[in-house]
Parts: sequence; C-alpha cells; structure tokens
Amino acid sequence: MDSTTAMYVAQGIHGLAYGMILFLVASGLTMIFGMMGILNLAHAAFFMLSAYFSYQALAMTGNYWIALLAAPLATAVVGVLVERFLLRKVHAFGHVGELLLTVGVSLVILDAVKAFWGTESLYVDLPESLKGLIHVGGLEYPVYRLFVIGLALVVLFIMAFLLYRTRLGMVVRAAVSDADMVNALGINVPLVFMLVFGIGTWMAGVAGVAIAPILTVFPGLADQMGMDAFLVVVTGGFGSLSGAFIISLVFGELSSYGVQFISALAPVLMFVLMAIILVIKPTGLFGERE
Amino acid sequence: MLLEVKDLNTYYGSSHALQGMNLQVDEGELVALLGRNGMGKSTTLKSIMGLVKPRSGSVKFRGVDITGLAPFKVARAGIGYVPEERRIFPTLTVFDNLMMGVKRGKMVTGDPDAWTLEKIYSHFPVLEKRRRQKGHTLSGGEQQMLAIARTLMGNPELLLVDEPTEGLAPLMVKEVRDMLADVHKAGVSTLFVEHNLKVAMSLAQRLYLMGKAHLAFTGTVEELDAQPEIREKYLEV
Ligand SMILES: Nc1ncnc2c1ncn2[C@@H]1O[C@H](COP(=O)(O)OP(=O)(O)OP(=O)(O)O)[C@@H](O)[C@H]1O
Ligand SMILES: [Mg+2]
Repeated sequence: MDSTTAMYVAQGIHGLAYGMILFLVASGLTMIFGMMGILNLAHAAFFMLSAYFSYQALAMTGNYWIALLAAPLATAVVGVLVERFLLRKVHAFGHVGELLLTVGVSLVILDAVKAFWGTESLYVDLPESLKGLIHVGGLEYPVYRLFVIGLALVVLFIMAFLLYRTRLGMVVRAAVSDADMVNALGINVPLVFMLVFGIGTWMAGVAGVAIAPILTVFPGLADQMGMDAFLVVVTGGFGSLSGAFIISLVFGELSSYGVQFISALAPVLMFVLMAIILVIKPTGLFGERE
Repeated sequence: MLLEVKDLNTYYGSSHALQGMNLQVDEGELVALLGRNGMGKSTTLKSIMGLVKPRSGSVKFRGVDITGLAPFKVARAGIGYVPEERRIFPTLTVFDNLMMGVKRGKMVTGDPDAWTLEKIYSHFPVLEKRRRQKGHTLSGGEQQMLAIARTLMGNPELLLVDEPTEGLAPLMVKEVRDMLADVHKAGVSTLFVEHNLKVAMSLAQRLYLMGKAHLAFTGTVEELDAQPEIREKYLEV
C-alpha cells in the first residue's frame, strides 16, 4: 500500500490506543465522581504509581506478564487503603475536605515516587512477542498498540459485565444517581464505595502499566494524564461512562491526527472540542448534573 | 413499643430543625405525622433513618438504641423508608428497582407473610405490567407505588412514608391511600407524613401534629376532630 494510507492507519491506531488508555483512567474518575460526588484529584497519581510498580515488578522478576498483573493490583490495594482509612474519615466534613485530601494524597504519592525511583525516565522493556509490527492485508500494525487496544477491550468487557450483569453493578448504577437512597434500603454503601474506589484505581493502574512502555516512566506522567482525563470527564458528562468512552476515543484520535497535521494547534484541539460541547450542552455529552 | 423517639434534637448547620421531638409507634399501628410546611416532619423521618444525624435524644426500635446509626443499619434493623421525592432509580428498570429493596440480595423464603415478588405484583399489578420499563418513564402515581413496593421488598416491620399523595391526581391519591391501608392490613406498622387532611384522618388511628420543630398535639382522629382551634392553629392556612 502507499505510504500515505499506511501513515493514516498507523496514526489511527496510535490514537485508538491512547484513547483506550485515556478511557481506562477517565472511567474510574467519572465512576468515583458519579457515586461519591468527589473529584478524585489523586486518580492520575495512582495511574503513575502503577507505571512505577510495573517497572519495579519487571526489574524484580524479569517477567512482563507478572508486572502487568501485579502492578494494577498493588495500586488498587493502595487505593482501597486510602479510601478506607483517609477518605472515609473526612467524608462527614463535606466535599471540600475530600477534595483537599485527594490533593494531599497525590502530593504524597508524587514525593514518594521521586524518593524511591528519582526523577529520571525509566524504561520498561517489552517481551519480544509484543515488539515490532505485524502485517495484515498489506498494512502494518504496531503489535504493542494492538495489544493495548485488546487489553482495554478486555477490561471494558469485564466492567460492562460487572455493571450490567451483577447485583454489585446494579447497586453501583443506582448509587450513581442516589447513594443515600441505596443506603436507606439497607445496602452497605460505604463498602460499595470502597469497592468502586478499588476498581477505579485498578483500572487507572492497568492504564499506567499500558502507557509505561510507550512514554517511559517519569513523575510528570500524572499531570499529563490527569488533565486529559479531567477534560474527558467534564466533556463526557460527570458520572457518565458512555460519555467518557466516546470522548476518550475522540480525544485520542484528535491528539493523534492533530499532532500529525496541525501540530501547533494539537494541544488546544481538546479544549476547543470541550468548549463546543459544553456550549451546546453545559452538563457534558451524557451528563445530568452541573 | 415498636418505635420510640425521645427528645430528639437535630440541626442543619446552626439551624435547630428538631427541638426535643417525641413520638411513638406501637406494633400494628397506622400513625400520621402532620404539620405545615417546614415544621420538621421530613427531618423527623430522616433523623430516625440516620440520614441526618441527631445531635441528642434517642431513637429506639424494639427497645434497641439505633440513634444515629448508618441508614443501612437502621434499614437492616427493620425500618423501611419511602422518601418524599420517591427517589426511584431512574436508569434502572422497575424490576431492578424492586430488587434494590431486597436485603443482602437474598429473597425471604419460607415465610408465608413475607413480601415476595409474587405478593408485590398481586398488590401492585401495574408494576408487573411495567417491570421492564426504566424507572424514569413511570407516572408520578406509579413511581409512588414503586417506591412503596421497593421498600416492602425488604420486609420492614415498620414503614416510614413521607407524603405519599403529594402531587398526585385525585384518583391516584385515593389509590395510594387504599394501598397504604391495604399494606397496613397485611401487617406492616406504618408512620406516614401527610398534607392531605382527608387522607390522614381517614387512614390513621392516631395523629401527631408538629408546630415549628416540636410536637404540638397528639391524640386520636376523634380528639383532633373535637378541637377545631388546634386544627386552625397548626394545620389550616
Ligand atoms: N438539607 C437541609 N439543609 C438546611 N436546612 C434544611 C434542610 N432540610 C430541611 N431544612 C430546614 O429544616 C426545616 C424542616 O424541614 P423539613 O423538610 O423537615 O420540613 P417538613 O415539615 O417536612 O416540610 P414540608 O411539609 O414542606 O415537606 C425547614 O425550615 C427547612 O428549611
Ligand atoms: Mg417534608
């Protein structure tokens, strides 16, 4: 095939892979917001922490697959502990307290990461099976990007199953619209909050592991992803998973093709899209609240 | 005594919304809580449920102190709550809304008096017809039925219902009224808040009447009937 088509396809796949990673982060953020009413400003820090965990696990075991499994789980454990022993304690004092607490947690994680691993970029080496390109129908696809897309789809499938086919999912969907009512019906809402927080940080953790081989591991990972995920949640509508999904993919492609064609404008494209959507629909694409 | 509320004080910030509130509900009773707007009726129910935390005083259920417990613990103790705004889960189906009321996800089996799906459907036929519809597509009256049925799925020993007939068309008001009488006859003790005096007087055995943040009168329907000056002071506009 000619080189222009190949470039389009490659750019498209890069965009899709980034969009999927973005969705893994943004979906946790929007779910936690929908249920608990708080913007978890430490969410991106968990994402970064997981990237470091994957680097460390790989350094210790030499096995990428162990790193892939262990890092998000370790991140989720940290998330659950933060929810159970910090966030829950300040819940009674309102959202400002919770917001400040998550800022504090993100600063602590950032400093801890710098203390343990320094500020240099760390490289996560992929196993041979995930390197290189595969050729299908005359086109070339980067294997790792395809793997990331597949991984995100698996996580997406697990989430959809949990959310729409289990009682826990039903409770979560109900609590997104009215947590107090769920509580008054006899359901242990604090426990559900903890689980959702854990699942949300686990997904951010999967995203962190996925991004590590692409961007390398460094403390600034959190800022970049935090901003993008925040934009996705605002634009897609606070608490809306489908909104987060659509906007993540659009943002992924926008940044990928944007860099290619109008690189000077690429960083602001997402803001432009957000502004347009919010002018038309102030609650975001599928959002119900201001 | 099934429910005993004693000297309850509840605040919203610095505003003193309940000032030494008292009330009781006995096993098998159907009791109304009346009063003008903003007197603290809903706050009383929310304080019992633990949805707002009372600062002092006590709530006892079957003699056990449940003051300020988390709402889910109050519900598990046996108190069911149907809120003022109904608060149906809009994105869930009618069936799933009902399932949300089931305690610990387990249906009660083996008890012939228990509220099961079949029993709910026979008392609320409209809910069976609409079981696949999303909650937000129901009419106001249907939402009220669903809100009551959802709570009954948890088999409460005491039902707290806040303004069940609010905003309903006259025909629907009668239907909801009859439904509450029906549920009470099925053995559920009930405390309900009501603005519609006709509904309250025709349904309740005993009444509590609230003035601003406190109890103003308590007695039977006949006793209230015999005291027009009290009705005038605390109810009529
Ligand atoms: N969340 C809240 N924050 C602050 N004040 C509140 C809150 N909820 C109720 N109040 C105030 O507490 C008082 C009692 O309110 P409550 O809702 O209990 O009254 P009510 O008797 O149920 O009135 P209505 O008949 O209008 O439903 C009112 O003055 C109200 O403005
Ligand atoms: Mg009220």
